[in-house]
Order: sequence, then structure tokens, then C-alpha cells
Amino acid sequence: MRDFWNTALRDLGKIGVAYILITVGTWLVFMILIPQLIMFDYSLRPMLPLRELGGPKDVWTLKNYMVFFSNRLHMAIFFKTIWSSLIVTVVALVICYPIAFYLAKVARGAKVGLLMLGLIIPYWINELLRLFAWQIILADLGILNQLLIFLGIIVDPINFRMGNGAVILGMTYAYILFMVFPIYNVMESLDSNQLDAARDLGSSWLRIHYKIVVPHAKPGIAVGCTMTFMLAAGTVAAPQLLGSPSSFWFTQVINTNFECANWNLGAAYATVLMLLCVMFMFIMLKIFKVGLKELTQ
Amino acid sequence: MKSSNSIFRIIIGAYLVLFFAYMFLPLIFMTIIAFNANEIPQITPWKGFTLMWFGELAKDDQMWSALWNSFIVAFSVVAISVPIGLGGALLLTRLQFKARNFVYGVLVSPILTPGIILGISTFLFWDSYMNIPGGLWTAILGQSTFISSYCMLLIMSRAQRFDLTQEEAAFDLGATHRQVFWKITLPFLRPALISSMALAFMQSFDNYNTTLFAIGVEQTLPIYIGTKLRSFISPAMNALAVVFIILTVIGAIAYEYRRRREMIKAGVKITPVPAAPVLRM
Repeated sequence: MRDFWNTALRDLGKIGVAYILITVGTWLVFMILIPQLIMFDYSLRPMLPLRELGGPKDVWTLKNYMVFFSNRLHMAIFFKTIWSSLIVTVVALVICYPIAFYLAKVARGAKVGLLMLGLIIPYWINELLRLFAWQIILADLGILNQLLIFLGIIVDPINFRMGNGAVILGMTYAYILFMVFPIYNVMESLDSNQLDAARDLGSSWLRIHYKIVVPHAKPGIAVGCTMTFMLAAGTVAAPQLLGSPSSFWFTQVINTNFECANWNLGAAYATVLMLLCVMFMFIMLKIFKVGLKELTQ
Repeated sequence: MKSSNSIFRIIIGAYLVLFFAYMFLPLIFMTIIAFNANEIPQITPWKGFTLMWFGELAKDDQMWSALWNSFIVAFSVVAISVPIGLGGALLLTRLQFKARNFVYGVLVSPILTPGIILGISTFLFWDSYMNIPGGLWTAILGQSTFISSYCMLLIMSRAQRFDLTQEEAAFDLGATHRQVFWKITLPFLRPALISSMALAFMQSFDNYNTTLFAIGVEQTLPIYIGTKLRSFISPAMNALAVVFIILTVIGAIAYEYRRRREMIKAGVKITPVPAAPVLRM
């Protein structure tokens, strides 16, 4: 420990060390840890009128979580959020894997830069506006209905926003690019000679991917899946803009709790969402046999 | 062998065309509609070319105040996140300690946390424990929580390439820590610092989920857009989308151009999109 401080002071000086301690300390303690713990604390306390706060009734309890687990509607919404986010993640992976591979290992020269720009531009356009684009396409008088009627497939316009399909479509469109970049980043570092050697020795392309590319790309796939799932499960905008009023999503339930001023219940629901995303991340690390350490290097 | 290769090429080409059509067609529709005189935001029926929706947008006072708030928030987030990101990057690249991987994990965790959670937890902390009700300040802090992580990753990726012997040489010649920092370390990190400012600004300007829960009754531009899109939709929103798209295209091209030039100058291989907020490995 003394060594650590001595080296730190020697390399960075007193002001340097103080700067790091103050900036990172403030961030870590007051922005990351304490707010998170306070949300958890909230979730463990009952909602009480102001004068009873700190009183004998203000104790830790699992009541808010019990409310969630005993509410069948909310549980159903929670599971809907899980499977929908899984669909979005799998679809994004299937669509993006070839794109990432093509960009990293097949395309050459100026083409790469141009295609990359083609990915960055939609990626940087505001999430709400990307969802708005689908709101227009899927509207009753929208281009999709017009097209289907024109082709004689349907007679009356379909209300696409009735079910969950529109939300899932919108989520896929809005978050798909979060899958491309992490996978591209790792594939880029794969030595192309390995692929050439395997091809020369007669490996089929399926085998090349299965034996060489996928094992190499594992950390990128794990990160891409984690990000996509997290964004889909945690989106407020997609259900707000594309959901039907009769079918709620989990983030909307959280929102309603806060709007009804039951912050404690809202905090419990938010904690459940948080745990879901953390669990998903660890499952991804397990499936792709990536250590936290590998991910963080 | 040759013919199977060309079939393969056609399939790949078709796949790319489909993918980019999927990415761009919705945005193109949205853009065209901004110029249709029809008051329902659709392409058909086409009622003639107009710029009136841009005029309508410009008349909306709410939009201007939301835009102003967005600028205040974004500049504040840059002022907070970049110094914090620099501190984190120096900590993780310059100091060796046992818990390094763990600390890295914690500092990166806000990126992997749903935005709604960051918004809620920031709001609860400041509102109930600091007695500061939700507003621009809580939105700034909520956003800075995760934007600092992005800045840190961006600065780290450059700091890792730093040649420590430069500093040692300066120390041997009697330079002070202050001189070394201002004359060697900072100039080396400058491109990454500028990139992280741009990234922080854009991340903040675009943020919806975290802001929605942290900001209380105030509005930034995305909150304004969200409110509008949930109620009555007017093509004025398409006009706003067009402005956003144009600025994004210019920004993306300028950013990529600058980054490439910077990398060629530094003589390093051009690396994939650090602009993209993803964990770098």
C-alpha cells in the first residue's frame, strides 16, 4: 500500500493524486454508489405519510417486492418484457453478425469508411426520432398499410399498434446498431491469416466461423447482447411511442408508480429491472465463457 | 469454385443493400413527409411541397425553451464528465493496484445500467436526501453518471498508447509535475479530450430515458419531442427530425474526418469507431 502511494506521488505529483481522488471519488461515491443504495433503501421501506417517516413504522420490509410478486398482471408484463427483449437481442445478433464480419474481414479500403459512416449516421440519430419513423410507417394511414392495400393483400388497414409487435419492431430498429460495433471491434483484431490458412486447408465457411471467428468474437458478442438486452428491457420511449394503450410494459409500470407518488414501490420495481439486467449480463458471460476480467481489459 | 464465389458475392451484396435500406428508408420517409403540405404526417396523399412545418416549428416557444435547456444541460455535462473521465483514465492507466479490475468494472457499470435506473436513483438521492427537487441540475448529474464512463473509456484508449519514457526524461531534466502535465501529458491526450467533449455533448443532447425521470417538470429537447409524439403528432415533428438528421450527418462526417486525420498524423492504424459508445476491448 505504501508502495502504491509512493509510486503515485512520484509519477503524478501531489496535485495529480489529489485531482484523481477528488474527481473519481465524487463520481464513485455521490453519483454511482450512494444513489444506487438509496434507491435500494427506498425499495425496502413502506410508503408512509410525511409525519411517520423515521417513526416506528419506518423499517425495512420486503412488502414492496411481495406486492410485485403477488400481482399477476405485473408479473405477466415483466415476463413479456423479458421475452421481447430476448427476441430483440437474438434478431439483432443474427442480423448484425454478417454485417460485422463483412466490415471487419471482407470489405477493403474506402468501402469500409463509407459503410461505417452508413452505420454511424443512423446510430447517432435520436432514439425518439428513430421510433417516430416507425410510428409513421405503422400508422393506420401509414405507408405499410397503404402498400398492403395497394397490393390487394388486405382491404381494411391493420392496427399494427394493437399487439406487442410494433414495440418489438421499434426496439429492434432503435437498438440493433449497439450489436454491430462491439462485434466489429473484436473481429477487427482477428488475424486474417488464420482464416486464409483454414480455407486453404479445405475448411468450409461454416466450420471457419464455428471454429475460429465465433470463439474469437465471444467477448464482443457478450457485450453486444448485454447492451441490446439492457436497452430493450429498459426503454421507456418504445412503449410510449409504439405501444397500445391497453398493453403496458414494465418501464411504464415503474413510471406509473412514480406518477402515483408511490416512490417506494417504484424503487422496488426499478430494482427488479436492475437485477434482471445484471443477471442477464452474468448469463452472457457464462454462456460465452468470458471472464469479467477479459471484458474489462 | 469461381461460380459459387460469385453467387456468394451476390448474396452478400443483396444482404448489405437490404440492411442499409432497413436502416435508411424509415429516415428518408420521415424526411420527405416534412415537406408535404398534408397536416397528417404521411407521404400519401401528397398535397404539394411546403416549408410551412419548419415555420410552425419555429413558432413554438416550448421548443425554444426546451432547446435552451438542452444546451445548458449538455454544456454542464461536458464540464463535469470530461474532467471526471480524465481522472478515471489516469487512475486506471497510470496506477497499478490490486483492485484495478474491480474498480474498472464499477466505473464502467453505469453504461450497462438501464438509463431509467440512473434517472430514478439520481432523482431519489437529490430530492429526498439533499432536498433539491428534480430539475436541470439532477438531469445533469444523472446523465454525467454514465457519460463520464464513456469519456473515461475514450481517454483511456489514448492514454494506453502514451510513452512513459517521455515523462521520465522530463523529470530527469528537472521538470516539475506541473510542467510535465501541461507540456507533455495534456498535449498528448488533447485529441481524446476533444473527442470526449463532442461525445459527451451529443450523448447528453440525445438523452431521453435518464432525463425523463431525473428532470421533474422541466423539459429538454428529447423530453419535448417525447411529449409531442405521445399526444397529437404534427409534421412539425418531421421538420424537427430533418434538422436533427442534417446536424447528425454533418457531425458524423466532421467527427470521422477529424479522427482519421488525427490517427494518420499519429501514424497509428485507423481503429474502428471509438465514437460509438461501446465498451472497447
